[in-house]
Amino acid sequence: MTEQVKFYQVGSFAVGNRLLPLEVRSIQSDPGRSNALTSGHRACQGCGEALGARYAVDAAMRGADGKLVAVNATGCLEVFSTPYPETSWQMPWLHSLFGNAPAVAAGVAAALRAKGREDIRVLAQGGDGGTVDIGFGCLSGMFERNDDVLYVCYDNEGYMNTGVQRSGATPPTALTQTTQAVGESPGNPFGTGKDVPRIAMAHEIPYVATATVADLHDLEAKVTRAMQLRGARYIHVLVPCPLGWGSASQDTLKVARAATQSGLFPVFEAERGEVSAVSQIRRQVPVEDYLRLQSRFAHLFAPGREEARAKLQARADRNIERYGLIGPHTEALPGPAEDNPAEDSPHEEGTP
Amino acid sequence: MKEKPFAITLDVGTSLANHTGTWRTERPVYVHLMPPCNDACPAGENVQGWLYPAEEGHYEQAWRTLTDDNPFPAIMGRVCYHPCQTACNRAQLDEAVGINAVERFLGDEALKQGWAFRSPEVETGKRVLVVGAGPSGLSAAYHLRRFGHQVTVRESQDQPGGMMRYGIPTYRLPREILDAEVQRIADIGVRFEYGQRVDSVTDLLREYDAVFLAVGAQRGRRAYVPAGEAAKVMDAVELLHDMETDEPPQLGRRVAVYGGGNTALDAARTAKRLGAEEAVIVYRRTQDRMPAHDSELQEALEEGVLVKWLSTVKHVAVGSILIEKMELDENGFPQPTGETEELAADSLVLALGQESDLGLVEGLDDVEIVDGVVKVDARMMTGRPGLFAGGDMVPDDRTVTTGIGHGKQAARHIDAFLRGEPYGHPARPEMASYDRLTPWYYSEAPHQVRPLIETARRQGTFDEVVQGLDEQSAKFEARRCMSCGNCFGCDNCFGVCPDNAVRKLGTGAYMYEFDYDFCKGCGLCVAECPSGSILMVPEEL
Repeated sequence: MTEQVKFYQVGSFAVGNRLLPLEVRSIQSDPGRSNALTSGHRACQGCGEALGARYAVDAAMRGADGKLVAVNATGCLEVFSTPYPETSWQMPWLHSLFGNAPAVAAGVAAALRAKGREDIRVLAQGGDGGTVDIGFGCLSGMFERNDDVLYVCYDNEGYMNTGVQRSGATPPTALTQTTQAVGESPGNPFGTGKDVPRIAMAHEIPYVATATVADLHDLEAKVTRAMQLRGARYIHVLVPCPLGWGSASQDTLKVARAATQSGLFPVFEAERGEVSAVSQIRRQVPVEDYLRLQSRFAHLFAPGREEARAKLQARADRNIERYGLIGPHTEALPGPAEDNPAEDSPHEEGTP
Repeated sequence: MKEKPFAITLDVGTSLANHTGTWRTERPVYVHLMPPCNDACPAGENVQGWLYPAEEGHYEQAWRTLTDDNPFPAIMGRVCYHPCQTACNRAQLDEAVGINAVERFLGDEALKQGWAFRSPEVETGKRVLVVGAGPSGLSAAYHLRRFGHQVTVRESQDQPGGMMRYGIPTYRLPREILDAEVQRIADIGVRFEYGQRVDSVTDLLREYDAVFLAVGAQRGRRAYVPAGEAAKVMDAVELLHDMETDEPPQLGRRVAVYGGGNTALDAARTAKRLGAEEAVIVYRRTQDRMPAHDSELQEALEEGVLVKWLSTVKHVAVGSILIEKMELDENGFPQPTGETEELAADSLVLALGQESDLGLVEGLDDVEIVDGVVKVDARMMTGRPGLFAGGDMVPDDRTVTTGIGHGKQAARHIDAFLRGEPYGHPARPEMASYDRLTPWYYSEAPHQVRPLIETARRQGTFDEVVQGLDEQSAKFEARRCMSCGNCFGCDNCFGVCPDNAVRKLGTGAYMYEFDYDFCKGCGLCVAECPSGSILMVPEEL
């Protein structure tokens, strides 16, 4: 974004930069941003999903010239933004059921097409529960039909507003109400879960991307790119949950950053089923730096849990290798990552 | 009213009715912390404050902010040993910001553009005498004049500058730069009286409302060195002073310099430029204990200056000196070993420190002199009301920048004294230490290095050694500033608030406002502020 100019004070990492020309500043730095999700919502302090949703929807609003309809799956986002009769959404917004947001969005797109209003764009959004588990069939159908919908999944790795239960996006070893830190393999067991970005890629839809709230510029660029395309598009955004992850409310971005910089959450984009770009790690950190910020992994630091930590590190290393996350500009950890061969179980590979 | 759908009884309303600010137990507030550069500056410059406009290319504004504290940016950019850069937090990320180089750029730009100081808005009618036109005296005169006082500077030499002229060689500070920056002070109405030595201040105290003494320390400290009849021994200060006269000193082919400070290096480098084939520094201790600044030693070594470490001068004869090898004891003090060595040298220059000539305060029983310097209180005032002193003649570091700081400090207190009220210094904010920053947001950016002229040309001429940065490099360097403890308008707080509870009021530093109706007190803005300019404070109950 700023290659041609040396604005090194903050480069392009901060939200804004007074030294940059207006047209290359982030959408969030604009006082006239849509604020599609406005103040007064009831998300917890430091909610990553509330932040991620505003980032993504404001960018989509910009990409659609303000003509955007959102369909929302049941989940935290829906619950905290629309307690009857209040709404935080400053846009047309529909909610139906937990599992059918992709189908409803496909219907909205079909209706707009029937009315000849294809200038109005459709966004569907949900949490990882509604996307990875409950709405998964509808999502796959939406992909298969290549419906003209951008689906954004805000992944907080569990069912958080119902009291933190495990979902298909919960990482191994994480503590939830349904995966207690007891027994031989405490927390969520290894070898379970789904890597939905890669499943979406397998549908060979026009666009698939992952992003996090820790890199606003990247997230906005991906939403903007997705809005330039038609057909089924999928963006998977990692949004830390202070409540469910047991992290401090002010650490939301720090946790997301550690997820990407350790390699546990690979950030990339893919067009028609092929990876087209990868965000390489800037300053690599060991997986432990990510784990220590969250009480859901506290049990991993008890004596005798070294192996579980090593397996998580191996997962990160597998991602690093698969997506080429370490490049010429990476400040890498001492010792090449290839020295840590990944586990061989096909179920664990590269799950974000 | 519109008919409502099935089971709906209330109108839809916005969540703005829900003031989530009530959840909060702590609130974020914008603060100004003390950046380490400002803290370290002996002249009290607001370094972060002037780098900020320089980043945008607003050089005149930057220069005006800078000169609110220090009227000599072009001189500073050449002779200051920049403790600001030693303190700079950026050193912990990659390399310190080249503050000194940017300062020089601003100083040179000001001279090029002819920017002038603003004359005082009011005239107080009070008369102040400054004795000595060195860094400290000139700085005091400048600040006093800006307060609106009538200022006269009396100087024993024929030209202004003090040690900036008679101690610093021209290859470090070209005289046209010095003259131009002093002229700017004269232009706002400071009167200069040259060639007038002040021998006693008693009468002057009756004539003026206040007097500031800044006579410096220009007498070379003598050490007893046994010397033969015809041996040529001279002082480094004398040597450097004579360089400003029509008759440059004759040193011979081989010159030895005794001492390890910056003056010793200046003397050796000057000797080289005067044509000496060999210039050897004789120093009692080791390199790591040398008081001279590293960059100066480096430049001297590049120019072919030699150093005899762990050596003292035992005896000086014609054409040679006898040096004795030393060794450091367990306390790091040099002890003689008895082992001696002959060193061919046509002359010996002594650079063993300087003393003040304090004759002008002799006989004033309320002015206390301790260890050869004048004792002053926190206001820079001597025991005699209305008589202030600063610079090398009071106990402190003897650098140009420290002297300039004394001048500013004294001017503030003299102004307060003349108004009959105490000077109230604003409270010092907390330090903006590195751990308060979020360095992730600062991109990797290498330090821009100032070019040096080629060594061959350096050895033979008095041309300025260190060159300036061009505009692009200076701007780039300014932009490396992390603005520690002070907002620089990066929009992070505005962007990262999950509750949209930060209002953006415009572009630039501190153009934000918290909306405490909705701020839940999560602290994300505090954690993600790159420069540590937001703090959480407990809510009052």
